[in-house]
Amino acid sequence: MSLIQEIDFGTPPAKSENLVTLTIDGQSVTVPEGTSIMRAAMEAGTQIPKLCATDMVDAFGSCRLCLVEIEGRAGTPASCTTPVAPGLVIHTQSERLKKLRKGVMELYISDHPLDCLTCAANGDCELQDMAGAVGLRDVRYGYQGENHVFAEAHGKANAAWMPKDESNPYFTYDPAKCIVCSRCVRACEEVQGTFALTISGRGFDSRVSPGMSESFLGSECVSCGACVQACPTATLTEKSVIEIGQPEHSVVTTCAYCGVGCAFKAEMRGEEVVRMVPYKDGKANRGHSCVKGRFAWGYTTHKERILKPMIRESVSEPWREVSWDEAFAFAAAKFRAIQGKYGRDAVGGITSSRCTNEETYLVQKLVRAGFGNNNVDTCARVCHSPTGYGLATTFGTSAGTQDFDSVEHTDVVLVIGANPTDAHPVFGSRMKKRLREGAKLIVIDPRRIDLVQSPHIKAQHHLALMPGTNVAVLTAMAHVIVTKGLVDEAFVRERCDWSEFEDWAAFVSLPKNSPEATAIYTGVDPTELRAAARLYATGGNAAIYYGLGVTEHSQGSTTVIAIANLAMATGNIGRPGVGVNPLRGQNNVQGSCDMGSFPHELPGYRHIAGDAVRESFEAMWNVKLNKEPGLRIPNMFDAAIEGSFKGLYVQGEDILQSDPNTTHTVAALSAMECVIVHDLFLNETANYAHVFLPGSTFLEKDGTFTNAERRIQRVRKVMSPRNGLADWEVTIGLAKAMGIEMNYTHPSEIMDEIAALTPTFAGVSYAKLDELGSAQWPCNEKAPEGTPVMHIGGFVRGKGKFVVTEYVATDERTGPRFPLLLTTGRILSQYNVGAQTRRTDNIVWHEEDRLEIHPHDAEQRGIRDGDWVRLASRAGETTLRALITERVAPGVVYTTFHHPDTQANVITTDYSDWATNCPEYKVTAVQVSPSNGPSEWQKSYEEQARRSRRIAPVVEAAE
Amino acid sequence: MSPDRLIYMANQIGKFFQSQGHDKAVPGIAEHIRKFWDPRMRSAILAHLDQGGAGLDANVRDAITTLKQT
Repeated sequence: MSLIQEIDFGTPPAKSENLVTLTIDGQSVTVPEGTSIMRAAMEAGTQIPKLCATDMVDAFGSCRLCLVEIEGRAGTPASCTTPVAPGLVIHTQSERLKKLRKGVMELYISDHPLDCLTCAANGDCELQDMAGAVGLRDVRYGYQGENHVFAEAHGKANAAWMPKDESNPYFTYDPAKCIVCSRCVRACEEVQGTFALTISGRGFDSRVSPGMSESFLGSECVSCGACVQACPTATLTEKSVIEIGQPEHSVVTTCAYCGVGCAFKAEMRGEEVVRMVPYKDGKANRGHSCVKGRFAWGYTTHKERILKPMIRESVSEPWREVSWDEAFAFAAAKFRAIQGKYGRDAVGGITSSRCTNEETYLVQKLVRAGFGNNNVDTCARVCHSPTGYGLATTFGTSAGTQDFDSVEHTDVVLVIGANPTDAHPVFGSRMKKRLREGAKLIVIDPRRIDLVQSPHIKAQHHLALMPGTNVAVLTAMAHVIVTKGLVDEAFVRERCDWSEFEDWAAFVSLPKNSPEATAIYTGVDPTELRAAARLYATGGNAAIYYGLGVTEHSQGSTTVIAIANLAMATGNIGRPGVGVNPLRGQNNVQGSCDMGSFPHELPGYRHIAGDAVRESFEAMWNVKLNKEPGLRIPNMFDAAIEGSFKGLYVQGEDILQSDPNTTHTVAALSAMECVIVHDLFLNETANYAHVFLPGSTFLEKDGTFTNAERRIQRVRKVMSPRNGLADWEVTIGLAKAMGIEMNYTHPSEIMDEIAALTPTFAGVSYAKLDELGSAQWPCNEKAPEGTPVMHIGGFVRGKGKFVVTEYVATDERTGPRFPLLLTTGRILSQYNVGAQTRRTDNIVWHEEDRLEIHPHDAEQRGIRDGDWVRLASRAGETTLRALITERVAPGVVYTTFHHPDTQANVITTDYSDWATNCPEYKVTAVQVSPSNGPSEWQKSYEEQARRSRRIAPVVEAAE
Repeated sequence: MSPDRLIYMANQIGKFFQSQGHDKAVPGIAEHIRKFWDPRMRSAILAHLDQGGAGLDANVRDAITTLKQT
């Protein structure tokens, strides 16, 4: 193994289809028009010396190192800023160029410390490389003059020197080593789109400045790491590199946080991760990252990780550490006893959207083939199950229609119920790049998310609707599109069922669905809504991106259908730049759904009642399968409380913290006789568990994740599992203890089985993924390299299906006791229940959940910023501190749910989506009032958690 | 399982299909329940129907009646 080094072509690729041929150093080179000479040379294998150029950002032309000579042209132009032209004859090396470059380097080095041996960038320093490349042997200017290098000069303090900024937990900024190449500033602008960095001062005073000469941590910096990646010296360096040293080998793998699925190089020294660097050839992230994937992997070695299996008879006892075999035998005996006593259907399992496809597949196989029922569900139940229902109904399959690259061809971006810059930050950056290029933006969200207005981006329309009225707003948009004749009739006639369209068009045209009629309860200005609808229908390629603000409602599925209706009516389906794009919450939500995690569906979204499909699985697994759908997560809880569901195997999900109405979840878990938690940490659910099977992290196992664009990517093991077994091996161990043979020696064999049984995965294998880097399903005979854009030329189901979307108000209503609406969401630095990110330094950005409340509502209640407040709903109450902000409208409050001591889900209710039982997290009627401290619930919960987490000391056997 | 919760869920499904008219709504509701409800949930709602089916909306009641016949 060696360190993977992607080629740096110096400038980004040109997109032109016209080709230009020129001669560089006597070699003929043909490249697309618009390519820089620097890039063309690199394509031909010649690396022109450079410092300020790197292909992640546009050419800048400041370092004057990449000069070339062009026959027939005067001077020595910079090759990074000079485009190719037909017939040019270029020389990259000459006496004149050598002298010029050496002179430039001499000047750079005259203001740079010569501590190379002890420098963190030693072995990875472009300045050092360039000094070598130009043959620098001497610096004639000495170090006595003005400089940024030394704290003192001539016995006095050096005003030009600045100390290291170590405020960011993950990287340092050492101004003494800066060569002011602006790569960091440009990466922050062009790649990340945050504009946190600038160059302050002029000439010799120039220096990189976060914000207005603030510390990195105190500035707007979002710690994405792009600047650190761009820096050619040790000016911006990962603290882990400073501490450990340079890596010696690297392995390409996939991030285990959100559904963007960024590809990373895990740069290693032995089995120790030195750093995670975004992989330039990753097709989801194209070399970019966010603070979570880039830096927040410290949880993998956190001291609170549980590394030994544990069991106990009751949750009032302390845990007892046992061997794997004893834990498997204990769990298997409990489950078989429960089935013996209460019936075959009294147990079930939950697959994890954080685990690999192969692991998810095994859990559902264990349930269906081993438990003999279909009581298997996944955490996608509580996030994107309505996407499954809505898109399968209208288009014929449950998946986003595009790849992420598609956004580069989009003219109108419609974001509804999603906050990409916080929850899907790397895609958010790609979207922002397109918006800065001129694409228009419509945001439909109760809250003023960052996208509404951020540097160089301003939404054309922000429809700040009341939570719970998505269907009414989208149907009103459809009303405008139909009644104003903006429908793409040719598309609808060709691709969709015309009679269903007519029914739908007649429905949306009803006066009750007009923007004016619906404004009474949506709160959206009709003029603004009409303009937004017109823009969506007529602004060119229009793409809809949505998240859990769409799905987590009692009408979640209806909203997904309404989105699909809009896309079909305007012909925005079936080509790059358009489409319906669900932004998946977790790394493998798409994959866990694909792998048959839903109780009614086998892998590939095929209903369990279908004889032919079921029989193919029966033949492969050599077992008779139950053809009845099983229980979904909320149904499992209800059945547990009723007494017919007694045992649950939960892989990698903290249902107690993440599911709604915590009191109800506690009652359900308490009613079960055996709860098996398979996780990294003693999470909240484990407080009610009888068996704890320690999990492995994404760094410790092989497998695949499937991201929001259906892209299947490899997860590669870079270190041995600290707990001893990869998660797929744990499930196999449990299965074997229950008498079910699962003979796999490597996850690739599990994928081969998936491919053999699932038509959309038929062409997928580890060999194929290694060869292509990744593949988007469907990947089969018809599409051997996968399918970036779906529904080209026709829908998967045949004709696109329009479905009438009647607005039905949620039964969760505000009233005198609970006059405000609570909605919830995520923040950039933390991830879901926070089990991982809370155990990293990301905590410096978000150490607690805060309740966002509008100044008007706060004043009425006598609440000041930072005060402790009591947040109460019909389901329960908790306390947290207030954050007064106009981001939320009057009448709406908002919080995140990353911290278990806040327990935001004590407040949320049992209401759920009509079709899928996806909980209605996004609408809860609440009251907010001043408080003195934790609620009774919080106190008793903390005490229970403390007692439940005890681990019995191991008693040494006497001699 | 608690009939109240199942009645609520069934009526919620009914409301989605309401605007499609009785003839489409009834098979739509029935198919949805057959496809997505586990057998214990279906038997509980059928048992509730046998006891008079109080609280079920008209289309939903008809849909559950057809479920009983299949």
